[in-house]
Amino acid sequence: MSLVKLTASALAIAAVSATAAAARDNVQVAGSSTVLPYASIVAEAFGQNTDFPTPVVESGGSSAGLKRFCEGVGENTIDVANASRKIRDKEIKACAEAGVTDIIEVRIGYDGIVFASQQSGPAFTAFTPSDIFNAIGAKVLKDGAIVDNSYTSWSDFNADLPDAEIAMFIPGTKHGTREVFEEKVLLIGCEETGAMKAMVDGGMSEDDAEDACLAVRTDGKSVDIDGDYTETLARIDANTNGIGVFGLAFYENNTDKLKVATMSGVRPSTETIASGEYPVSRPLFFYIKKAHIGVIPGLKEYAQFFISDELAGPSGPLAQYGLVSDPELAATQAAVEAEKTMGDSM
Amino acid sequence: MTDASLHGAAPRKGRSIHQIDARTRRRNATEARFKACGIAAIAIGLFFLVVLAVAIIRNGTPAFTRTVVEVNFTLTQAQFDEAESQLFKTKAYSGFFNSALADQLTQQGIEVAFDEASIERLMGKVGNAIREHYTAHPGDLDAPVTFNLPTSSRVDGYFNGRVKRETLQDSRFLEATDLDLADQLKAAGIIKSEFNWPFITGADSGVDNPGGAGIGASVVGSFFMMLVVLGLSLPIGVAASIYLEEFAPQNWITDLIEVNISNLAAVPSIVFGILGLAVFIQFMHLPQSAPLVGGLVLTLMTLPTIIISTRASLKSVPPSIRDAALGVGASKMQAVFHHVLPLAMPGILTGTIIGLAQALGETAPLLLIGMVGFVARGYPDGFLDGFVEPNSAMPAQIYTWAARADQAFYDKAWGGIIILLIFLLTMNIIAIILRRRFERRW
Repeated sequence: MSLVKLTASALAIAAVSATAAAARDNVQVAGSSTVLPYASIVAEAFGQNTDFPTPVVESGGSSAGLKRFCEGVGENTIDVANASRKIRDKEIKACAEAGVTDIIEVRIGYDGIVFASQQSGPAFTAFTPSDIFNAIGAKVLKDGAIVDNSYTSWSDFNADLPDAEIAMFIPGTKHGTREVFEEKVLLIGCEETGAMKAMVDGGMSEDDAEDACLAVRTDGKSVDIDGDYTETLARIDANTNGIGVFGLAFYENNTDKLKVATMSGVRPSTETIASGEYPVSRPLFFYIKKAHIGVIPGLKEYAQFFISDELAGPSGPLAQYGLVSDPELAATQAAVEAEKTMGDSM
Repeated sequence: MTDASLHGAAPRKGRSIHQIDARTRRRNATEARFKACGIAAIAIGLFFLVVLAVAIIRNGTPAFTRTVVEVNFTLTQAQFDEAESQLFKTKAYSGFFNSALADQLTQQGIEVAFDEASIERLMGKVGNAIREHYTAHPGDLDAPVTFNLPTSSRVDGYFNGRVKRETLQDSRFLEATDLDLADQLKAAGIIKSEFNWPFITGADSGVDNPGGAGIGASVVGSFFMMLVVLGLSLPIGVAASIYLEEFAPQNWITDLIEVNISNLAAVPSIVFGILGLAVFIQFMHLPQSAPLVGGLVLTLMTLPTIIISTRASLKSVPPSIRDAALGVGASKMQAVFHHVLPLAMPGILTGTIIGLAQALGETAPLLLIGMVGFVARGYPDGFLDGFVEPNSAMPAQIYTWAARADQAFYDKAWGGIIILLIFLLTMNIIAIILRRRFERRW
């Protein structure tokens, strides 16, 4: 019977493949969608310039990537997690419980977070953290009292801003970018507007006030974007008043559609971010499972290739694409060379 | 029959002796309205189809051409050795090429002022193409070779209308003066447009290299997945439906199975992806990002479709065929395999092809098993390796491209959709031909 033969051969193929699968020969990476472009540039060059196969880089967000990273040790788990924020203590603990104890942290450089709107939209050209907080904070300080945010237009709280409806598209909570946005924009804005102080004076504990500062209004004026920046771009395209939160590299690739706003008077660029003038920036990382070095061919070479001067340095392709290169790259190179894990004394 | 004659007679006034003229008119008006609604529905459907087709073709065609610079380039042995000794070899090669191009343009007396930086902005990632050429043909060293190398994605976009001079501002990647240079090179015949073969044959490329991106490798990934789906779901599906339809007793167990198969057909595909991750990768330790796992997941998804269509076509074979076979002394199995199954084959094949086409266009289940992302391994080393080496699939590749910052990838995504649609159309046409050819009516 031909059917029997077909089935038998299919099963045979599956069996053969399963045994061949025993040795994975490529590096498997997952994590932050902000790091993904850089990782893909490195992965392509790594495949072209070495004898190792091109690594596979998946997206999904920093938290999702680190979660997969912490699933355990073995060939069916990923080797490297990309993250646009530092790994949390909670995650290190989860990792340790699953047997992932030796983690090498690699900082690849810095990335700026910019606020951009439609090229032809209202003149959103200068923001301060206070403006952003007033626009999308759940509770704001109005006439000396903490009230639910009822602002509908930017000019309601800052006469210098255009009289346009508030519509902000911010990264969703699974993105590492959200954390930086909260820390460097919302929290600062909360303090600067005096809302934080008013909350503490009103009887809230410091921690509760901080949490309240980070709460975002839920009446549709602020929209969480769980997808990639392209989704944010599409929402901005469709909404003249929309303001989106982007990575610097993404904005620089789309200057024909987007105009960027200054933050506290500083225009975002690789220079202002490197010098620290532009306030909203964050380091980018990837994390390596030390247990996989020597098991997965090319893993250490990939990490070294990634942070080599030729790639991650100021004139390399990553900087070309929009990464702000790390002035302390040499220290990182040495740490990777020595396979220094996070627990080791620095 | 009486209906028809009543119908025909109704509009003619005065001939009827009944007093139902007003009612008939109302009924006819209702019918006319219903017909109009039907036609409107078809028109709306057609309209969207046309809009979609036009959008796909208009957005997708730029992906099939590329802008290249045609240059005679000589690489010396010393330069080759120098580049090979470096860590980032491809960059060294493109550096040599760009400075050679700059020299050549100076000699030719190009009027627009330019420097090496503008050449760098003009050219795409050319290093790998040069390196591959010289590692494959070491004899070409120290002799001039004509290269057709891609320009940067923005110059390409400028020549096919995506990048406009007016909107070019604040860009680090291309400046207005570069466009003057590009125009001049075009006039001089150095920059030209050609069919984009690398797009058809190549693999995915890094985000800074849209010119090098191709869909070929993911077509191969899809092909291996379809092999797995076909090899598993056809025999399993047909065997299951033959047993259920011809042999199984009618009781509550078979009823339960039947209901569950129908339910399974309606399960969202992402669920199969989660199942695939948990069972095939985490439990059975099959490799990540492998077409084998993708195929297994899609098999689960396709099985119900195949079982349902197979059972339907088995059911449509008249019982008299079975009775006649049994009557001349055939066993039940002989009756089924010699008579019923051949007659049901066209329906089974059609169902299978439709199921495969559905599986071919599926992205969601692949998300969780690592086939969506940057997978640029290229073609597998051998037939069996094709099942286990990391690869992407066509719809996954399209999804990945659509999410990238550089708009040139957006064109690639549309181009990928054209390729995917060509495959789907071909499969559907095969299904139609099979049905037309072998269908028997009783």
